[in-house]
Amino acid sequence: MDLFPLLLSLRVAALATLITTVIGVSGAYVLARLDFPGRGLLEAVASLPIVLPPTVLGYYLLVVLGRTSPIGRAWEAVTGGPLVFTWQAAVIAAAVASLPYTLRAATAAIAAVDTAYEEAARVCGLHGARLAITVTLPLAARGIVAGISLAFARALGDFGTTIMVAGNIPGRTQTMPIAVYDRVQAFDYATAGLLAAVLAAVAIIVLLGVRWLERSTT
Amino acid sequence: MSLTVDVRASVGDPLSPSGAFHLDARFEVAGGLTVVAGPSGAGKTRLLRLLAGLDRPSDGRIALDGEPFCDLASGVHLPAHERRIGMVFQQPFLLPHRSIRSNVALAVRTGTRADRRDEAMELLEQVGGVDLAHRRPGQLSGGQQQRVALARALAGHPRLLLLDEPFSALDVPVRDRLRRIVRDLVSTAGLPTLFVTHDPDELLVLADRVLLAEHGRFMTVTDPDGAIAAMRAPGPQDRPAR
Repeated sequence: MDLFPLLLSLRVAALATLITTVIGVSGAYVLARLDFPGRGLLEAVASLPIVLPPTVLGYYLLVVLGRTSPIGRAWEAVTGGPLVFTWQAAVIAAAVASLPYTLRAATAAIAAVDTAYEEAARVCGLHGARLAITVTLPLAARGIVAGISLAFARALGDFGTTIMVAGNIPGRTQTMPIAVYDRVQAFDYATAGLLAAVLAAVAIIVLLGVRWLERSTT
Repeated sequence: MSLTVDVRASVGDPLSPSGAFHLDARFEVAGGLTVVAGPSGAGKTRLLRLLAGLDRPSDGRIALDGEPFCDLASGVHLPAHERRIGMVFQQPFLLPHRSIRSNVALAVRTGTRADRRDEAMELLEQVGGVDLAHRRPGQLSGGQQQRVALARALAGHPRLLLLDEPFSALDVPVRDRLRRIVRDLVSTAGLPTLFVTHDPDELLVLADRVLLAEHGRFMTVTDPDGAIAAMRAPGPQDRPAR
């Protein structure tokens, strides 16, 4: 059996999760702790990937990352090749599609931290990033980890957005969910079933982990 | 050592007839232990929050030995983390994910990691909590946690110590022991200290002088009995302090 889709999916999902963790957690801190005009709008826009059909999201990403777009041209100038239809594009697709899961869970978890802990720490001399890292984020850790786990599962399972911007190139951009589709098209149900089982198992493990995290908070 | 306070602040207050609570504090206190007494809702906690830099006054000036950490007329308002004030709240608010020693060491502002740990141990020793160093806050009783909070408040070599009913939730014997610790610390360190309390006993045991709070105003009282009588009279704004 060809292990490439599994390994690619793991790499794509891991990198996408790294990106969504950094952007999602820092964005969540800003949304939960700072008050600024347009905050509600920003929160709504950041949640768009949940409600947009994945192919529509993929279409817009294709517009933003395509060869004629500023980002696409900049990428091509640096690397010598186009960004779309590469595994890197699959990482971006998975990250954009899964970002809201980290962002929303982390925003809720940070907003639920009693500000009295932060006040006590501020009087003790902590502030800025050090305050966030030593006080706020650890107190919100369970909610944040639950969000990261969901985002990982979402990134691992992404189909529509990925196929729009990275295509279905066996041995290059064919992730597991796309390989399932590809195998079914070729009437290779045995391989499709195996790949589907792996994806389903990961999803169930993540779901159980998140349930456990949510239970142990209360 | 002297603390000069001349501030005004207004905060929205749905329970007040005017819809807002007005604080107008003008006083000067020397070093030693000043007990801030008065009915609930008189503005005691509010005053401590203004001093600590957790709230911003609408105007006025706060200075310690002539050095202002808040002087809104000249645009000075030091944030809480720059004031070097030690504060103990009604609840300890220790970080549950860190050891006791680490909780105290976080508040030590200078030195290497090892220095900060050593200093944390010394401070824990001062409050009689050295054997708690490697435990987590969740494994401690309320009295032990407040003891650690006191050590943490002292860790930054504060210029001013603020205690907001720190022992009100504790049993009487524990409270007595902690009062003695505070009394000793204040007299050995000569640290100017404001201690908010509802408890007349606490006032009698601790006070070098009394600052009486009523309806957001404060006055210094030299006669503790008078202060106690005023504390016992329920004010029109009597309700749980926030």
